[in-house]
Amino acid sequence: MATIAAGRYAREREESDVFLTENRITGANLIVAFVALAIGGLFGVFQALEYNQINLYTSIKPVLPGQYYQGLSLHGVLNVLVFTTYFIIGWLTFVGTRAFDRPLASRNLGWATFGVMTVGLVLAAIPLLMNNATVLFTFYPPMKADAIYYIGLTLVVVGSWLLEVNLVLTYRQWKAANPGARTPLPAFMALVTMTMWTLCTVGIAAEMLVLIIPWSLGLVGGTDPVLARTLFWFTGHPIVYFWLLPAYISWYTMVPRQGGGKLFSDPMARVSFILFLILSIPIGMHHQYTDPGVSQIWKLVHAVFTVGVFFPSLLTFFNVVASLENAGRARGGKGFLVWIFSLPWGNPAFATQVLAMILFAFGGAGGLINASYNLNLVVHNTSWISGHFHLTVGTAVTLSFMGITYWLVPLLAKRELFSRWMALAQAWTWFVGMAIFSHFMHYLGLLGMPRRTQIGAAPYLNAEWRMWLPFVAVGAVIMFVSAILYYANMVLTITAGKRMAEEPEVEWAQAVSGPNDGPAWLDRFTPWLVIAVVLIVINYAPTLVQLISTTTLNIPGVRSW
Amino acid sequence: MGNNKFMHYAFELAWILPSVAVPVAILVAITLTAFAVGIRVPDVAGRVDPKALSRTPPFDQPGVKELAPGRYEVAMIAQVFAFTPGEIRVKAGSEVTFEMTSRDVIHGVKISNSPVNVMVVPGQISRVTAKFDKPGEYLILCHEYCGSGHHVMAGRLIVE
Ligand code: HEM
Ligand SMILES: [Cu+2]
Ligand SMILES: [Cu+2]
Repeated sequence: MATIAAGRYAREREESDVFLTENRITGANLIVAFVALAIGGLFGVFQALEYNQINLYTSIKPVLPGQYYQGLSLHGVLNVLVFTTYFIIGWLTFVGTRAFDRPLASRNLGWATFGVMTVGLVLAAIPLLMNNATVLFTFYPPMKADAIYYIGLTLVVVGSWLLEVNLVLTYRQWKAANPGARTPLPAFMALVTMTMWTLCTVGIAAEMLVLIIPWSLGLVGGTDPVLARTLFWFTGHPIVYFWLLPAYISWYTMVPRQGGGKLFSDPMARVSFILFLILSIPIGMHHQYTDPGVSQIWKLVHAVFTVGVFFPSLLTFFNVVASLENAGRARGGKGFLVWIFSLPWGNPAFATQVLAMILFAFGGAGGLINASYNLNLVVHNTSWISGHFHLTVGTAVTLSFMGITYWLVPLLAKRELFSRWMALAQAWTWFVGMAIFSHFMHYLGLLGMPRRTQIGAAPYLNAEWRMWLPFVAVGAVIMFVSAILYYANMVLTITAGKRMAEEPEVEWAQAVSGPNDGPAWLDRFTPWLVIAVVLIVINYAPTLVQLISTTTLNIPGVRSW
Repeated sequence: MGNNKFMHYAFELAWILPSVAVPVAILVAITLTAFAVGIRVPDVAGRVDPKALSRTPPFDQPGVKELAPGRYEVAMIAQVFAFTPGEIRVKAGSEVTFEMTSRDVIHGVKISNSPVNVMVVPGQISRVTAKFDKPGEYLILCHEYCGSGHHVMAGRLIVE
């Protein structure tokens, strides 16, 4: 039986002292993440109520002059740009250093990461809060926000790159100290995730630095919206894997142990992460099936590669389910499926993440429809899409991250979780609320209801939509209750949780089939990175060349809110 | 242990094969519908200067043109927060080609109960064709956020 991580964690020295700085960096990132989610999530409830013509926006007009769409901009930016990025940076700092069992190569760089991101966040927040950046989180030009909105968001991305640098340096040091050893799986996964992110954000960086920022500063007179969208989605699709992979890290390397079992296969886990690195980026044009100015042929090629990503997703599904089965049977479970009941459903970290996985399975099935080229015409820009990504980023990612905090926050704060029952109630209410919310959002999308629209005020709101919209609000209110339970429990844990004498150990799962059962080439990075770059060039160069060679850069900015 | 290992690999394989087969089957289905049935997504249809629409055919005369019995061409301009023309009339069973562009920001066009679903972008021409068999009123709505009045941006297509 091989251990996942090469390092040994039970040791004489005080672990909490060794990782004190890393703990603080992780904690700082987590605090920003969850404050952002609290504000962002609140607007979700506002939106669902507005759909039912309960308009809470008028009551906060002085602080929210841009009303529904300013709220929606905040919901998108805070939830999927700020919450996700901060959580992931904090989480991967933790995972990387603990799995290598050594501190960050540069702690100053670790704080610089947080610092640069936070300067960016503050810059972006100012115009957002002043209704000068009500352009939603996708900021499609030629709608033009204040320049500091774009500069701020760019700094958040640039800051996040510093963790990639730091993890690579840490990896080098670890390698020098452990010649011939296989990279511990969690560290391998953290490196793949950050490398994929750094590679894919080249798109948004180019969009910002070359097109948008000079134009928003008035240095150039016009822009090119389709070119901008193409660069945006170069990052915009892989960003969903940047959100998901950190949850997968937990599902693969911790949840099996939390469930009382072992990871089924370490080599298969590496294969799936390598495939995500290779296949996440050259498929971004599946968000542009309905765009003019992009050729059908390349849309179809991206559709083909998109279906290809289904392969590592199914590998993950299998590996994780097999690990859960391993856990269920280890706990005395029997039968074809009855072992499910033997799993430790009373453990909040475990239960929360398994519930997140269950809703994710539905999200994955729906995603196939979105990706399916011509089927996409039925659902594109309808509320089906919102229904879909609340299952993926809104649940698989968000609920998993919450589940992680049920053990990570006690570890960082050296205090026990305040209430196990509140945590379990939180997980189940999110699960039920989201299932209702998402089901009806999907359904309303099939009935033709558009997304990104203040439905309650739309003249075309019809009786059929009206019949199902109340269920959207019911789901939202249940999730609101869930959020209250979550935040109350967290605040009480930090302030009133029972103090722990010692930092608890990080519980990595062992693997039935360990790292040494796989070939050594699975532990490499460069060959996969080269393949990824080659595929990106093949799938993007023709479209980019066509767009750039015909661009007139003459579309002026507009403020239409 | 040896036998155990073997079972382990067999188990892995039993999953890997369908994991390949399922995506391949989906791909075949997509490609077939794209080419055999002819459901297409928009293609490159050329650029246009949004400041010169009044001088650029067909956008100099937005409206419905009957090219031949049962064949129409609609030149449509989107701008905050309306479509021109806002009302389109065609005969049942006809094939309608839409040529669309935007005068300002990005809009979207979705026509209810039809495959028309396309982004309308300043500087670009969006061309889509659809057949309308069933008489009735179809809702044309803007489905991309385009500003504070986005939710009132809509039109009608009447099939007679
Ligand atoms: C209380 C829980 C939540 C509720 C009730 C809720 C509700 C909604 C609704 C109704 C919309 C559609 C608005 C529209 O298209 O006009 C929406 C959009 C969205 N939501 Fe949520 N949401 C919640 C939580 C979350 C979470 C946790 C995330 C991600 C971490 C998230 C991410 C998004 C994103 C990215 C959009 C799209 C924004 C855009 O189109 O620009 N939401 N939400
Ligand atoms: Cu995507
Ligand atoms: Cu519009």
